[in-house]
Amino acid sequence: MGRAYDIVRIARSGSRPTGADYIRGIFSPFIELHGDRRFADDPAIFAGIGILGGQAVTVIAIDKGHDTEERTRRHFGAPEPEGYRKALRLMKQAEKFHRPIVTFIDTSGAYCGVDAEERGQGEAIAESIMEMIDLDTPTIAILIGEGGSGGALALGAADRVWMMENAVYSVISPEGCASILWKDAAKAADAADGLRLTADDALSFGIAEEVISEDGLGGKAFYARLGEKIERELRELAEQKDLRQARYERFRSFGRKYTERR
Amino acid sequence: MPSLKFLFKPQNELEKRGRKTAPLYGEPEKTCPNCHRTLTISTLEKTTGVCSCGYHFRMGARERLDFIADKDSFYELFADIASSDPLSFPGYQEKLRKAENASGSKESVVTGTCTIGGEKCALFIMDPLFMMGSMGAATGEKITRLFEYATGNDLPVVGFTVSGGARMQEGMLSLMQMAATSAAVRRHGSKGLFYLTVLTDPTTGGVTASFAMEGDIIMAEPGATVGFAGARVVEQTTRQPLPKGFQTAESMLEHGFIDTIVPRKDEKEAIRLLLALHRRDHGKGL
Ligand SMILES: [Zn+2]
Repeated sequence: MGRAYDIVRIARSGSRPTGADYIRGIFSPFIELHGDRRFADDPAIFAGIGILGGQAVTVIAIDKGHDTEERTRRHFGAPEPEGYRKALRLMKQAEKFHRPIVTFIDTSGAYCGVDAEERGQGEAIAESIMEMIDLDTPTIAILIGEGGSGGALALGAADRVWMMENAVYSVISPEGCASILWKDAAKAADAADGLRLTADDALSFGIAEEVISEDGLGGKAFYARLGEKIERELRELAEQKDLRQARYERFRSFGRKYTERR
Repeated sequence: MPSLKFLFKPQNELEKRGRKTAPLYGEPEKTCPNCHRTLTISTLEKTTGVCSCGYHFRMGARERLDFIADKDSFYELFADIASSDPLSFPGYQEKLRKAENASGSKESVVTGTCTIGGEKCALFIMDPLFMMGSMGAATGEKITRLFEYATGNDLPVVGFTVSGGARMQEGMLSLMQMAATSAAVRRHGSKGLFYLTVLTDPTTGGVTASFAMEGDIIMAEPGATVGFAGARVVEQTTRQPLPKGFQTAESMLEHGFIDTIVPRKDEKEAIRLLLALHRRDHGKGL
C-alpha cells in the first residue's frame, strides 16, 4: 500500500525532463511554432515540427518548465484553452501535410482560471479530443509525467498510448479524490491506490500499449532509444490500413469491456 | 402524488463565500434558493419544477422524460448496461445501489428513442439523482451506443446533460469515455445528422469537456451552472473572488459558448422546432 502515491510523487518531481526536453532530445532539427491564430500563444504548450529518422513529424508537448520563472510563465504545465487550440491547429496542419503526430503529455490538468473558463476550457478540450480521434494521420501519445484528467486526454486520443514507467494517468488528483470522498486530503495515498492510476494499471486496462523504461532518463542514450522506438512505430502505423477505424475501436472498447449487463 | 424529485441547486452564493449544501429530495416542501418562497411538491409538479421567480429546480431524468417526450413515445434502449465496479473501489458498490434506488436507473443516463412534438429522435437524459450525473464507463457506453444507433438509423440526437464530471470511482476508465463519446458524436455528425444538447444544472467537468459542448446547437436552461473546473477550485487557484455570474449559462452565452437559453416551459417547443428545421427536407411545410 502507498506504492501508487510514491509513483505520483515521482511523476510530479521537478527534476524530471519536461515535454520540451523530450522534443529537443529526440527531434533534430526542430522548429517551434506558436499561437492558436485566435487569441494568444499559450506557453504551456511547446510545439512545432521536427525531424526523426528522416521523417518530418509534428510534435506537441505540455511543458511544465524548469526554474521558477519558466514554470510561472508556462503555468506549471496547465494549458489554457488557447494551448489546446494551438495544439489542434498544428494537428490539423499535420493531417493536411500527411505528417504523423507525436504528443508528450505532462500536466496536473487544464488551467483552472476565470479567464480559462470564460474562454471555453471545456469546449477547447472537447474539440481537441473529437478532432484528434478522427485525424487521418498516425498519432502516438506519450505520458511522461502527470496525466491529469481531460487536460491530458485532449492530447491523448492517439493510435498508440505509451507511458513512462513512473507516469500516472488519472481522472482526478489523489488529494482531490480523498478530500471529496473522505473529506481528508491526508488519505491521498489510499486514493492513489484506489484510483489505479499507474502505468502498469493503464497497461492492464489496455489504455496504454507500452510502459517505457526510465533507465538513463533524460540522457542521450535514453532519447536515442525512445526516438528509435517512435520511429519504428510510426513506420508501422503508416502502413496500417484504416487507422481511424482502429482508433475508434480502441477508445470504444473500454466501455464495452468494463461494464456489465444486469 | 409527491413523486417528482426536484433537487436543490446548492445556493449560488460562491461570491459571498460558503456554498451551502441542501437536502436532495424527499421532503414535501422546498424553499426556493433564489426568492426563498416555500413551494409544495404539488405546486412544483404543475410548473415542471420552476418557481414563479424563474428559478429552475433540478429534475430527475425519469421526470424530465415524462415532460419532454411525447406521451407513450419513448422506447428505452440499453437500460441493462451498468457499472461493473472495474477498480473494486472502496465503498463504490454501496453508492451504486443507493443511486439505483434514488433514480430508478442502473446508470446516470437514460437512453432511447422518442418523438418530441411529433419529431422522431434519439434521446439521452442524464440523471442528477444518480451520483449527480457523474460519468462512469456505463454512462459513456450508453451514450456512445445511442449515437451509434442514431447514426445507423438516420436519427438526430437530443441530449440533456447534467453532471458533476467524471466518476472518480472508475478512474481512467471513466476518463476514456470522453474520447469514446466524442468519437461517436463525430461519426454521427459526419453523416450529416443533427445533434442538439440542452445543458442543465450543473454541467461540468468531463461532460462539459466532451459531448455537452459538441452539439451542433447548444441550448441551456436559465441559471444552469456550466463550466469545466469546479468554481471552488478556480477560486482556490486564482485566490480571487469570482466575478458575478461566473459559470452560469448566461455568462457562457455572453462569452459565445451557448447558442440560446430557453426556459423550461418553452423547451419542448424549441426542441421540436430545431428538430423540424434539421429534417432532411429542411423543415418544409413549417
Ligand atoms: Zn423562487
